[in-house]
Amino acid sequence: MKITLKVWRQKNANSPGWFKTYQSPALNENMSFLEMLDVVNEELANRGEEPIAFDHDCREGICGTCSCVINGKPHGPHKGIATCQTYMRSFRDGDTIVVEPFRAKAFPIIKDLVVDRKAFDRIQHAGGFISVRTGSAPDANAIPVPKENADLAMDAAQCIGCGACVAACKNASAMLFVAAKVSHLGLLPQGQPERYKRVKAMVTQMDEEGFGACTVTGSCEAVCPKEISLDFIARMNRDYGVSLLKGEPKKIAGGGAA
Amino acid sequence: MTRLFTSTVGKKFVMAVTGAALFLFVVGHMVGNLQFFLGAEALNRYGHFLQSNVELLWTARIGLLVMVALHVWSASALARANRAARPVQYANWKPNSASYASRTMVMSGLIIMAFIIFHLLHYTVKVPAVNLTGKDFNTMTETLTGDSTRHDIYEMMVLGFSQPLVSGFYILAVGLLCLHLSHGVSAMFQSLGLKNHNYGPYLDRAAKLIAIVLFLGYIAIPVAVLLTKCGGCCP
Ligand code: SF4
Ligand code: FES
Repeated sequence: MKITLKVWRQKNANSPGWFKTYQSPALNENMSFLEMLDVVNEELANRGEEPIAFDHDCREGICGTCSCVINGKPHGPHKGIATCQTYMRSFRDGDTIVVEPFRAKAFPIIKDLVVDRKAFDRIQHAGGFISVRTGSAPDANAIPVPKENADLAMDAAQCIGCGACVAACKNASAMLFVAAKVSHLGLLPQGQPERYKRVKAMVTQMDEEGFGACTVTGSCEAVCPKEISLDFIARMNRDYGVSLLKGEPKKIAGGGAA
Repeated sequence: MTRLFTSTVGKKFVMAVTGAALFLFVVGHMVGNLQFFLGAEALNRYGHFLQSNVELLWTARIGLLVMVALHVWSASALARANRAARPVQYANWKPNSASYASRTMVMSGLIIMAFIIFHLLHYTVKVPAVNLTGKDFNTMTETLTGDSTRHDIYEMMVLGFSQPLVSGFYILAVGLLCLHLSHGVSAMFQSLGLKNHNYGPYLDRAAKLIAIVLFLGYIAIPVAVLLTKCGGCCP
């Protein structure tokens, strides 16, 4: 099969970008989308042109590095998979495929389809962790966890931090990502001590990075390769509300060492 | 606590709570209006009852104005931030399962606000210039036993809605209000964190159903007025 590729080309964050159209060489329909880009790039390199820069790493849907908005949907046409798990058989011979980078102020373009998603790392650094050592895996049932909480925490922990939720949201909101991270730790016993401090810190950092707010359109859930549920955003909002009610901790004079 | 007014999630709380209050008003207002169908006596008595207690009337009015102000403030602050969050738009864009109502909340909200201003001028302040009938609604009163008079709301509504342009704008605005609510009524639960997989789907369906009921309830009056008026001229 052959396709026409309309790709966003941009030298760096400061120069303007534009779409460029390429005809692909003959492709095997069982190639992945990223392999197709590899093949197109090989040809470009042979012609002495600059290859298309795109993000990728594991190529099996677990690292969250691949990105791209393919024909108007982050991670391509299917539900619950990443760009790297999208295969050319999902398109028809002769199709024109439009490929754009994720667009958000908080995700500046580095080059072509590669965007800088360090804003997510900074949100994680603000509170997406447990400060004390949690030790090695505890013995079964040594720390009781309700089954439904364990399941929900596992669902939330699936988030691979790819940023497709931001890319799809009309407000470029990062709420689904932050909600997944907040909920995953907040649902487990080890995450309890910092539960309310965490949600406050992560939401504050999220706002500082310049992501938009949630208007409950549900596009994030629809494109998320891990199908993270919108319910986690409600959970995060709930925790945030409780954290506002709790307020700041009482100041203690002497710091305990008089 | 200042985070309630500075953070995105906090502003959503403000929007949801004020939205809930305004929604309750919208329901109450419809139920009150529907007394139109009980005839002039019932409607005018109800209107008189609302207007006679000036203290309560103004408490309610100021309360509503504060709710509107906070709702509009949070919406515009968030809308500005949301727009700024994506400076470069996509060339090729799909809504990716975002509903039409959810994507147009700002637009529907703005038109509803314009309508509310018109509506207040029309029936509350009763500015003669905006009712297009050439009559002054302030002078429409009925005399009760004794010397006391009360405002003839029934007459005012019939006359007001018999103007097709006015009724048309009313129906359009109510339609947009219901579109707004078909998303807003369930989204406010989400914003307040009161939604999950157990009852979330019911909330979504209830919001749509409520929107339809409200729409029918509100347009019943102008439609009835226009139909009776029309009944006079066409067979
Ligand atoms: S929530 Fe889904 S779309 Fe968003 S970063 Fe995590 S995996 Fe990606
Ligand atoms: S490359 Fe790792 S998830 Fe796609």
